[in-house]
Amino acid sequence: MDIALQYLINGLMLGVMYALVAVGFTLFFGVLDVIKFSHGDVLTVGVFTALATYLALRAAQVSSPILQLIVISVVGMAAMAALGAVIARALVLPLRLAPALNTLLITLMLGTVLREGVRLIFPDGSNPKPFPALLPTTAFSWGHFNLRLDSLILLVAGVAMIIAVHVLINKTKLGLAIRAVAQDGETARTMGINFTFVVLITFAIGSAVAAFAGVMNGLYYNEINFGMGLLLGVFGFSAAVVGGLGNIYGAILGGFLFAGLQTVGAVALPFASAYKDVFALAVIIAIMTWRPTGLIAEKSSERV
Amino acid sequence: MARPSPLPALAWAAVATLYGIVFLGAESEREVGALLALAAAAIALGARLRLVDKIRASIGSNERAFDVAALAGVLVAAFWFHEEHFVILMMTTALLLMVASLGLTIQFGYAGVVNFAGAAFLGVGCYTAGVLTKYTALPSFMTLPLGGLMAALIGSILILPVLRTRGHYAALVTIAFGILFKVFLEVNDTLGGPQGIQVKPLVLFGWNFNSPIRIGDFTASFYFSYLLLALVLLLISFALVRRLERSWIGLSLDAIRLDEIASACYGLDLARWKVFAFTLGNFLAGVAGAAYGHVLGFIAPNNFTFGDSLILVSIILLGGIGNLWGVAVAAAFVVILPEKFQVIQEYRFALYAVLVILILLFRPQGLLPRQLREYVGRAERLR
Repeated sequence: MDIALQYLINGLMLGVMYALVAVGFTLFFGVLDVIKFSHGDVLTVGVFTALATYLALRAAQVSSPILQLIVISVVGMAAMAALGAVIARALVLPLRLAPALNTLLITLMLGTVLREGVRLIFPDGSNPKPFPALLPTTAFSWGHFNLRLDSLILLVAGVAMIIAVHVLINKTKLGLAIRAVAQDGETARTMGINFTFVVLITFAIGSAVAAFAGVMNGLYYNEINFGMGLLLGVFGFSAAVVGGLGNIYGAILGGFLFAGLQTVGAVALPFASAYKDVFALAVIIAIMTWRPTGLIAEKSSERV
Repeated sequence: MARPSPLPALAWAAVATLYGIVFLGAESEREVGALLALAAAAIALGARLRLVDKIRASIGSNERAFDVAALAGVLVAAFWFHEEHFVILMMTTALLLMVASLGLTIQFGYAGVVNFAGAAFLGVGCYTAGVLTKYTALPSFMTLPLGGLMAALIGSILILPVLRTRGHYAALVTIAFGILFKVFLEVNDTLGGPQGIQVKPLVLFGWNFNSPIRIGDFTASFYFSYLLLALVLLLISFALVRRLERSWIGLSLDAIRLDEIASACYGLDLARWKVFAFTLGNFLAGVAGAAYGHVLGFIAPNNFTFGDSLILVSIILLGGIGNLWGVAVAAAFVVILPEKFQVIQEYRFALYAVLVILILLFRPQGLLPRQLREYVGRAERLR
């Protein structure tokens, strides 16, 4: 029972992270019909930016954990928002009319550049780095079950972030513009919406959310490495696909579904946790085969 | 129109061979840099003087002569360096990567089936060679066909997902597979885990490929036999892929890549040709991988990362998708450059990724774009 609860917390945490990454994918797909494969690596850059900020703060004798936490999150997210907008401006928008394969390749290669950039620029970047535990680690115990305060805070913060994105997309004027562009870019333009601006701001939002997920991941596992974004990106994309691309609720649902499957797989399968990533990736391939465009299928009709 | 003379093509082959030999023999990084600058200047000048077009036309109508000249060029370079283990190893690696890239060309370039797990299929070949030589008493040259078959077989797991998905979704499936393969190798103890596995040398008709060659006064590096083997493999696959491209099969594959719906309307069986291209491409990668495993002698999961798969994709993009000579040149470039510029070695993944991004932004057809099929032109020329 206690173990089950532990798995539940772990699964929820994974679910929140996947959902946050998936939201990015789904936002980008919504406004531009593109898949940005470098999304996971933007997350990596974000979390390493946060770590660098932490080291700078520590060098500057700022020792209050709360202040540190706020500063590193804000810096990481702001930097990634800028990076996301730059990527959209420099690489994704110019290739709008090129074959889809080119966008795919260019973002894959960009992901490599970011990943390798982190590995090469960060001192000793090839090895995993410890990420500071900035949250209080007080544990509440019920019987044998321990719930650590930091896990709880992370979960709450993650869910709050998801809700914030939801509110932003559904209740604000900016969100209205984003939804309009997602529905029909041409018509949105004729209604006086600045298409380029909306696209850039969408990429900025998605990337900032990814950076948030990255910092969450770092705080939860207290260890980060340059390859973490690749795997999170693949899982996040799969989650977005499973829920139906372009649909935010689908992405969130997909994230939790995916985390659930992974957690159940890790518990139920006899060959232990060593194969957990293999299992998760195999599940992705199987789901993609079963429902090639997600559980909520993409409407596809082609004009010839 | 007069048939273009074979001279420019042959002269080009000779110059390229000479350049290759000087480049491979260059010791210091300053020399390598100067040689690169020289090549860039020569290409720019050649383009300005329309030499490139002339050479291209000459190659186009004197193919047989150019093929032989290119083969001769590789052999000359090989014999020039016959005692230099490292150079021979580099050349062998480049030749084998060309074979694997030809496989990817069938997939990406002709049928338009994306495969971002090229290194994984190369790895399947390598590990097949390793496992077969370690656990079985099969004659070791059997590892080559079996490596290819194994890659085709493992690839067939992906056939259904690849057939049912398109575009980004298909990319996701192959990316997931590529990562899965590497993680699997790392956690599987039978396959050596993260430390990897040893591959025993290739033995053919009692000849151990790892022993140095001594014929009379002539002695050659112990990699030399592998170089010849790689060259034979490349010849076979090059001929195969070129024949394929020019046959009605190639035409069908091109049609499917360019417009699935239209080709289905004309009665092409999409599934059949995609499976064909995917499987054949993986087979070639697997054969190359098995040979590569023997050459390396020791293989580990880290040789087959997602980054390596992307390098294979870079090769076919840099060369110009679907252009076989382009692939050959790009493979040589991609393998040899980091070895010559040790500074680059660490940065090679990032460097090639940047190169591909620049290519996609400014010259999406690649450095040596594939030529259009010309039916009318050729008929007129023959008249």
